[in-house]
Amino acid sequence: MITAEQKPLKEIIDSISPYEKIFLVGCNECVTVCAAGGRKEVGLLASVLRLHYLKQGRTIEIKEITLERQCDPEYVEELASEIHRTEAVLSMACGCGVQTLAGRYRETPVFPAVNTLFMGASEAQGIWAERCQGCGDCLLGLTGGICPVARCSKHLLNGPCGGTSHGKCEIAPDVDCAWCLIWERLKALGLEKRYEEIMEAKDWRSAGGGGPRKIVRKDLLL
Amino acid sequence: MENFEPEIIAFCCHYCAYTAADMAGSKRLSYPTNVKIIRVPCTGKVDALHIMSAFEKGADGVYVAGCLEGDCHFKNGNTRAAQRVAHVQKILQDLGWDTQRLAMMNMSAGMGEVFARTACEFTEKIKQLGPSPVKQMNTDSYRQTQR
Repeated sequence: MITAEQKPLKEIIDSISPYEKIFLVGCNECVTVCAAGGRKEVGLLASVLRLHYLKQGRTIEIKEITLERQCDPEYVEELASEIHRTEAVLSMACGCGVQTLAGRYRETPVFPAVNTLFMGASEAQGIWAERCQGCGDCLLGLTGGICPVARCSKHLLNGPCGGTSHGKCEIAPDVDCAWCLIWERLKALGLEKRYEEIMEAKDWRSAGGGGPRKIVRKDLLL
Repeated sequence: MENFEPEIIAFCCHYCAYTAADMAGSKRLSYPTNVKIIRVPCTGKVDALHIMSAFEKGADGVYVAGCLEGDCHFKNGNTRAAQRVAHVQKILQDLGWDTQRLAMMNMSAGMGEVFARTACEFTEKIKQLGPSPVKQMNTDSYRQTQR
């Protein structure tokens, strides 16, 4: 899923300070799962903002809405009948959701309330870690299901660098060396020989080096 | 300020603090009427939203009273509550509020005296802090929220 974290309160308040009618829009998908911008976080941020403005003696109208999916025009359309009642939208979705709203409602300024971070998986309750960089050419079948692109700090494709130490990466003691994990996994699978196969230089065009990416599925077009 | 009577919300666990309040009553121990108790099945049930709503509706102080550490009826609800209280204290700090307006307390069902004493102490502390920043403004916008 796409992970995100709420922006510092001051930054959020600064972005909406000129406005008195706000739509605070959450998303029921990834940001709900990583507790950054779902219905509950929308309620909490709305409460925090109201307290901030009450303390200042200002009145602000905040309408709380949580869409099923903010990156999908079908669900974003739900705001169409009410968008004229607001002066600005504060979105708690990932960057995809913010841009979908901004693209659909061109007359209304849209501000992000979260910083979108990475594609990650949950390691434990309250902990999410990066697992995929969307490189467009998946290597996981060759590396025992552990991604060197996302999990090696240098994105190395042919074994660890000299900074590996007792299974940890030199950048921080709590960061696993992806290539140590890969080696241990290949050993457990009896696929050590695969480690010796040299991977050629990766074509990073599919990873975004060739410009913004797009998928067009003609079989699904209406 | 001298006549200020704070409104305090206490989220009390059914299995400990709420029973301790009962015990205080049975022992004829008095505690300030400023403390309004909300009984919860476990302090782990208390969400950040509940605490913020209490402040938004005019509470000058809020505390969450759960079981003693290691004694939670549901294993670890009280430690989770303590983490949430710390999280909301950080939010209050960001808002420029005194974080002492929110507290986590632990007691057992038999600690009637502790319940009465902590209620008195917390009320005194909030009296010293004065009305919540929201009430201090005493604005129309605040009065609107109370309707």
